[in-house]
Amino acid sequence: MTERTPKPVPGKDQAKGLDSPFRRGWAKLRRNKAALVGGCMILIYVACALLAPVLFSGNPSAPNLGKSLEPPSRAELLGTDELGRSILGRVIYGSRISLLIAVGVVAFGLIVGVPLGLISGYYRGKIDFGLQRVTDMLLSFPGFLLALALVAILGVGLENTVISIGISMVPIYIRLVRGCVLSVREEVYVEAARASGTRDAVILLRHILPNVMVPITVQTSLGMGTAILFAAGLGFLGIGVQPPTPEWGAMLGSARVYIFNAPHASTFPGMAIFLAVLSFNLLGDGLRDALDPRFKL
Amino acid sequence: MNESQAPLLSVRGLHTRFHTLDGIVNAVDGVDFDIHRGETVGLVGESGCGKTVTALSILQLLRCPPAEIQGRILFRGQNLLELDGEEIRKIRGQAISMIFQEPMTSLNPVLTIGDQISEGSRVHEGMTRQKAWRWAVEMLRRVQIPEPGARVREYPHKLSGGMRQRAMIAMALSCNPQLILADEPTTALDVTIQAQIMDLMLRLKEEVETAVVLITHDLGIIAEMASRVVVMYAGKVMEEAPVKKLFKDPRHPYTRGLLGSIPVIGRKAQTGRRLQEIPGVVPSLLRMPQGCRFHPRCPEAINICREQEPPMVNLGEHLRVNCWLEVETPEKETPAPG
Repeated sequence: MTERTPKPVPGKDQAKGLDSPFRRGWAKLRRNKAALVGGCMILIYVACALLAPVLFSGNPSAPNLGKSLEPPSRAELLGTDELGRSILGRVIYGSRISLLIAVGVVAFGLIVGVPLGLISGYYRGKIDFGLQRVTDMLLSFPGFLLALALVAILGVGLENTVISIGISMVPIYIRLVRGCVLSVREEVYVEAARASGTRDAVILLRHILPNVMVPITVQTSLGMGTAILFAAGLGFLGIGVQPPTPEWGAMLGSARVYIFNAPHASTFPGMAIFLAVLSFNLLGDGLRDALDPRFKL
Repeated sequence: MNESQAPLLSVRGLHTRFHTLDGIVNAVDGVDFDIHRGETVGLVGESGCGKTVTALSILQLLRCPPAEIQGRILFRGQNLLELDGEEIRKIRGQAISMIFQEPMTSLNPVLTIGDQISEGSRVHEGMTRQKAWRWAVEMLRRVQIPEPGARVREYPHKLSGGMRQRAMIAMALSCNPQLILADEPTTALDVTIQAQIMDLMLRLKEEVETAVVLITHDLGIIAEMASRVVVMYAGKVMEEAPVKKLFKDPRHPYTRGLLGSIPVIGRKAQTGRRLQEIPGVVPSLLRMPQGCRFHPRCPEAINICREQEPPMVNLGEHLRVNCWLEVETPEKETPAPG
């Protein structure tokens, strides 16, 4: 979606029918440089994840103790870690893990949180009250602490990392969607849809959901960044994705000991985390500006 | 009873209350009226007198709680208040449809006009997507929207207020309903468009032979469209009369006040009568005055008006007044209970 270079085309908006908020948003997003940079970096990460075996031949997890903690050189562009594994290879393969976690976590949050938010906001009453108290409870923990506690219960590993961070994201989606539904359900067109005998499920999915997609989209982009950061945090503490799987947080954690004699071993995975989170945040901020009808460029 | 003689819709003792933090609000307080097939009945009154709540109660579009609806709403002999959610849903849009006041907000901004018009026929008549879509184009043609084939694919923001209200009418008529509840259908439009929309509604009404409950505060529209008028004040029916009789010989002081407050072009303020307003405001539904609820604003109020609620006095078929002045000897009559 962000592969094209930004070309501000004044007046084109009026000529071409800009109908849905998303098409209108795209016109605005194309003029937002920061968001485009974020989008392009995300594309690079996606390309790394998809083309990892092409970009790096060999097994990124196979140790080569003879070459441990070598600084960056021509042969090893980013140097090697304490077990002599190529950091470049591990960073490239790590993007697979991080993006997988980000997508998994956000999908989990969306699949569980959005329907609950829709139901809670639309039906109100006891369901809403019950759900909101559970949401209050979950939101009272800092997100990372909640994920940490859940890992302690569920155990380590990729799936449990996704589930734990996913659960910590669910209340955010519930709150966000519920709040939007509360205002949309009072719109006359929702009442008109009810007056024409439309089923509740159809009203929720066809009339209300598309009207709350904008904040959900923004939260999805920002949520990806948060998910990568949380996953790296768990990996750093050694309770996320387990070695020898190349995971940025875990790489950072194991290289921490050698930070003074081999700084490259912790710098590059750290950069990878930093840039990934930054890109998702830039894109998310850009989406928010572009899709918010009150913000005009 | 003979099918053609029985009223299409018969509202009896309709009470709609809202349980609010400030107390119980009786928005509709014992309303009775009948609508016959193909007839247009005006429901008139100031803002906040319970006209819209009456319409929403008929279709049960109010959320209960906080709303509580009591009484009987007989539609084709069936009490709508006894139906379950699924049964009332099948009535909505198919047998009874509603046109809302605000054309600017009553269409969903993210769905095309065609999507919204075809929804009714898909839900109620099980039409396929293509068939419902063709039907939507036909409906747009019927409400005289130019280029219906192109308009049907457009989003509401591209249509003007008048066009949107035409689209709303197309939506309301798409399943050939027997009754349309039109809640101030032209209030938000400018005057020339109002006339067009009213003409359109009259014409389509004849074609489809549907009955219309026209909710409005505009007596001009009532004079043009309705055959009978029900005047409401603070949740109660004050007067009911055929439209000509109401304009010629209004019996209730409130109706006289409403008619007196219409400006007449050509009548000069200095030489002729001044434009009459009804003094005061509609009482708060939480603090209803004792006796007749109109007495604090009534220029003709007598003692009994302040003490007891007036009875409904029947003066003929569809001719009744809720006023002590119409009771021959107020002292001897036993007033009807609240």
